[in-house]
Amino acid sequence: MSILVIAEHDNVSLIGATLNTVTAAQQIGGNIDLLVAGNSCSEAAKAASEVVGISRVLHADDTSLEGQLAENMADLIVSLASNYTHVLAAATTFGKNFMPRAAALLDVSQISEISEVVSADTFVRPVYAGNAMAKVQSSDSIKLITVRTTKFEAAAETGGTAAIETINAAADTQMSRFIGLSTSVSERVELTSAAIVISGGRGMQNGENFHMLDSVADKLGAAVGASRAAVDAGFVPNDYQVGQTGKVIAPDLYIAVGISGAIQHLAGMKDSKTIVAINKDSEAPIFQVADYGLVADLFEAVPELDQAL
Amino acid sequence: MKVLVGVKRVLDPQVKARVKADKSGIDLTNAKMTMNPFCENAVEEAIRLREAGTIEEVVVLSVGAAKSEETLRNALALGADRAILVLTEDVLEPLAIAKIFKAIVAQESPDLVLVGKQAIDDECNQTGQMVSALLGWPQATFASKLEIVDGTAQVTREVDSGLETVNVNMPAVITADLRLNEPRYASLPNVMKAKRKPLEKIDIADLGLDTANRMTTIEVMEPPARASGVMVENVAELVEKLRNEAKVI
Repeated sequence: MSILVIAEHDNVSLIGATLNTVTAAQQIGGNIDLLVAGNSCSEAAKAASEVVGISRVLHADDTSLEGQLAENMADLIVSLASNYTHVLAAATTFGKNFMPRAAALLDVSQISEISEVVSADTFVRPVYAGNAMAKVQSSDSIKLITVRTTKFEAAAETGGTAAIETINAAADTQMSRFIGLSTSVSERVELTSAAIVISGGRGMQNGENFHMLDSVADKLGAAVGASRAAVDAGFVPNDYQVGQTGKVIAPDLYIAVGISGAIQHLAGMKDSKTIVAINKDSEAPIFQVADYGLVADLFEAVPELDQAL
Repeated sequence: MKVLVGVKRVLDPQVKARVKADKSGIDLTNAKMTMNPFCENAVEEAIRLREAGTIEEVVVLSVGAAKSEETLRNALALGADRAILVLTEDVLEPLAIAKIFKAIVAQESPDLVLVGKQAIDDECNQTGQMVSALLGWPQATFASKLEIVDGTAQVTREVDSGLETVNVNMPAVITADLRLNEPRYASLPNVMKAKRKPLEKIDIADLGLDTANRMTTIEVMEPPARASGVMVENVAELVEKLRNEAKVI
């Protein structure tokens, strides 16, 4: 078996999801190459070479890979795919964008968001917002797979010494242009890699009140998240969103504040190791998945929690 | 200009999926079915483009069993002009669906294909990307804003790190995220009118495509259940349990 993992990076370092994807590749077994594609991403390629368990880093650096547009990424993957039995990427908005495109160009199905490797051709994946798990077997000669990163531990980030090989980008399709990325600046730990997450819902009432969560988060070294209701109400930006349509996370501790627990929110956090729910409505569905539930007015409970830490 | 919109009939998102006792799949017998929520966003966006005078015609396409006609009639009631149903009893993978879209695009020559970013049943998140690949068109996935300017589409995409903007040539495939718009409800007169709008049925066999599935579902299982939790009386007890019992802070 030979596996190509597509690295997600910010030109300087790898995004954490890449390390979980490497672990999924290791469970399939075989040689693992890591593709670092982008514009001026040699530092990320160097970081990739230190990941434990990697045979080679393929480094494609070209202006046409700025913003890693799906069209150029897919063509690059297609040009490499014949050397591999499996191609893996994280099931983040990065991987989900170009992997199905590459799969269709190769005339293979994609196996989306695997949560378990059963064998080299058989995988488990959640369906219906995680309310069922499907075990599927692929008959395609090359298996294109996206990985639900919360279900795999992160591979060791340093200690490896893979060779870095420079490869050419595919010809620029010139069909699309990267205009820009606006991110909400946060000093805090990233939501998807945080060990502790405190999230607010519609019960927070406004964006100003999220500062109460910030204060608790600072004491715990936690990230701050939100339900879709809170994002739709404009309390916080979309990249805070935890759920089926936002980020799927599984921290050691998840504290849900003023979140009712809609199916689509539970789909994004119910694999967390310990779940705390604080809600004034004792009937809220969030309590059904909580390890510790506290029926209380969040405007009293959160400041108290802040004091107690 | 013309828009082709894909719609899928799925289990209503408010209904909890139940795994069949024989583990062969989800029990959909007598279950409430509806249009996939992301498809609603795609239909809504197409209708708004027509209302704004950007495009002239909205054609909706579904692939599925005869009952998918309900979903297409719903799209017609919302304002789509006509519908195409490709009939199949099989549950097809996104690659096969994409091949069917390509064949219909060849007949219809739309300037834009709009689909939802994912279906909430199989959660593949593939079809739009695969359609654009097979057509050799650009793609813009997870759209939360779409503007058509000078023959190109300027799309704001919801990505994990924030909002990304791309500009793509047309024709293009765009996949809708939930914040693209707020879908409308169909009025009763429009529901009645939709019954008389044109709906073309095509048997999948007549398209002459290889739509064989590449994956076999071995079994569908219930997810592991969480152990039931405890209710605490106050914040002090909560902090004590997190420190000494769960040992997470």
